[in-house]
Amino acid sequence: MENRIIIEPGAKRKNYWRDLWNFRGLFYFLAWRDVIVRYKQAVIGIAWSVVKPLLTIIIFIVLGKLLHTATPPGVPRAILVCTAILPWQFFSTAFSESSNSLLANSNLLTKVYFPRLIVPASTIIVSLIDFLTSLGILFLFMIYYRYMPGWNLILLPVFLLQATMISMGAGIYIAALNVKYRDFKFLVPFIVQFGLYISPVAFSSDYVYQSVKIPEAVKYIYSLNPMVGVIDGFRWCILGGKTNLYLPGFLLSIVVCILSLILGIWYFRKVEKSFADVI
Amino acid sequence: MEPVIKIENVGKKYFLSHHTKDKYLTLRDMISDGMKAIFGKQQGKSTNLSEEFWALKDVSFEIHKGDRIGIIGRNGAGKSTLLKILSRITEPTTGKITINGNIASLLEVGTGFHPELSGRENIFLNGAILGMSKTEIESKFDEIVAFAEIERFLDTPVKRYSSGMYVRLAFSIAAHLEPDILIIDEVLAVGDATFQKKCLGKIEEVSGHGRTVLFVSHNMETVTRLCNKAVLLKAGSVQAVGNTEDVINTYMRSDFGTTARRSWATDAKKPGDETVNLLEVRVHDKDFKTEETYDITRPVGISMDYEVLNDGDVFTHSFNFFNEQGINIFNVHDTVSEIRNKPRSKGIYTTTMWIPGNMLAEGIVIVGVAIIKIEPFKIYFHEMDVVSFNVTDEIRGDSARGHYVLGFPGAVRPLLQWQTIKK
Repeated sequence: MENRIIIEPGAKRKNYWRDLWNFRGLFYFLAWRDVIVRYKQAVIGIAWSVVKPLLTIIIFIVLGKLLHTATPPGVPRAILVCTAILPWQFFSTAFSESSNSLLANSNLLTKVYFPRLIVPASTIIVSLIDFLTSLGILFLFMIYYRYMPGWNLILLPVFLLQATMISMGAGIYIAALNVKYRDFKFLVPFIVQFGLYISPVAFSSDYVYQSVKIPEAVKYIYSLNPMVGVIDGFRWCILGGKTNLYLPGFLLSIVVCILSLILGIWYFRKVEKSFADVI
Repeated sequence: MEPVIKIENVGKKYFLSHHTKDKYLTLRDMISDGMKAIFGKQQGKSTNLSEEFWALKDVSFEIHKGDRIGIIGRNGAGKSTLLKILSRITEPTTGKITINGNIASLLEVGTGFHPELSGRENIFLNGAILGMSKTEIESKFDEIVAFAEIERFLDTPVKRYSSGMYVRLAFSIAAHLEPDILIIDEVLAVGDATFQKKCLGKIEEVSGHGRTVLFVSHNMETVTRLCNKAVLLKAGSVQAVGNTEDVINTYMRSDFGTTARRSWATDAKKPGDETVNLLEVRVHDKDFKTEETYDITRPVGISMDYEVLNDGDVFTHSFNFFNEQGINIFNVHDTVSEIRNKPRSKGIYTTTMWIPGNMLAEGIVIVGVAIIKIEPFKIYFHEMDVVSFNVTDEIRGDSARGHYVLGFPGAVRPLLQWQTIKK
């Protein structure tokens, strides 16, 4: 027979990645389920993925105006905020959903075998679809302000990939921890809320770097928050030459994203065999 | 021939934690335990709060192609743990299992069903969860729907289904899996009679195609009916492997410590006192042939041999009947025979009591015997768990089951008179 399975304690699953590939159908169906279920009984359905970021954007515009935060010259505040809120919203939903996904699907974990990585990974898809829908807001703003993006726009997927990596890396790490320590259920909303304020959402980090003298070391430390790189990248793509990409910071945040993904997968694989016993 | 599943010295260890009521650890617990451990060490005290527990230990057996294996044993014997290891849901602590072929496990009907999704959507979702590919599901879709008899409700969310429809759909998807090895955990005791029969038929059909079925159940009746081989687990170890009837008999002997016949004739110490000694107890059919297993429609006789050592005593006979769950099915005293009121002379007597057919429920029956005097009350001897036997139903339609195939609770199973009058 072609199929031979060996079950042993601590067996390194040689065909872990092949297994993951074989279960891609499940990955697809779990993502599909989440998408359908999400808006099944909602009257305005998928429009929610636009309404939520739109309201946040409006609040940030109003707050920014009231507090007179500086915007780079020639950049409408709405677009400045929008280019940050959209990737941030993507990160925050992807991260919270995936970190909660194992608990939410605990009945699956205790009843069927499949590579567990599928569960948190499939939740990212829902957030990704929401994100793509919400890009419509940005598009409308750009039409309204007659704002023409430059060639940089084609690099947008790179930053989206970066955002996916960080949400997934952090998401699967916390998801695995959540199985054993329920504390992380409370920590995640805190991270998401806190992160919104320390990331350059209401202001442009590039503009701050230009207008205020900030030591390089501080810039490096600030760039350790990978969402700084993502948001700056988004702005750079959409606002074209109006903001610069702080290259060392960007490279640093790429490194942080890759490390977080590796760390997340490593920890997840280390503990996933005991999920069914402890969940 | 190479076995389909080869299980070698498999063990599974759990840690039972005693220090917290909560099932889940929190960081606070970890930190406070850490502190305790540090202080514990300083004070030279041990703070070992968790205890090892082997749910399975040194389990080895082989399963061959086309076998239908029943895994039996009491609660906590490790049946479910074994299934979880075989299904790769959890990992063994020791040992090795080699599986040749693909495996699908059905530890629950409708795993992953989403109440908001329609029947159609759930077929795809659940199929994918059980390991079917999209094309596979598409090709079997009509068959699944027809088998489940839910054509009209395909696009209704399953939260609006009746529980019967829900279960039918869930089982139907599972029944259309085509793995080499199918693992089933007591999921069958659901649905209405006709559907249950269909399910059983489907399972037999599956194994008929050379597939291997592993079935876990508490229910001896279903195991007898469905499986050609059985494995008996006791406290995490394999107690017996072999054909179903033998293993069930071993189960009765080892877990209930009795068989259909028990003799003290050659023992120096017999149950009893200076007046009456118990010599032997037997369970037998109407021809006085001792058997372990009885058809539910046939009478069962219980005989006890005893020796009366003094002349002139008056006493009567008594039996207790218990089922596998320890429920006292009924007790009987001899209140009818002539001899119960007459003074006995010395000698050996045999007393037989008949349980009519269509009275006991299927399953294991454990018998206790006694010789007592009612007035004034006196017990000469009272022995519990003396003999046991197994009652089975082949479902020919002449028992109280009629043609109903699956779970039939109740301690007794009388065939009664029914009358309906239209007013």
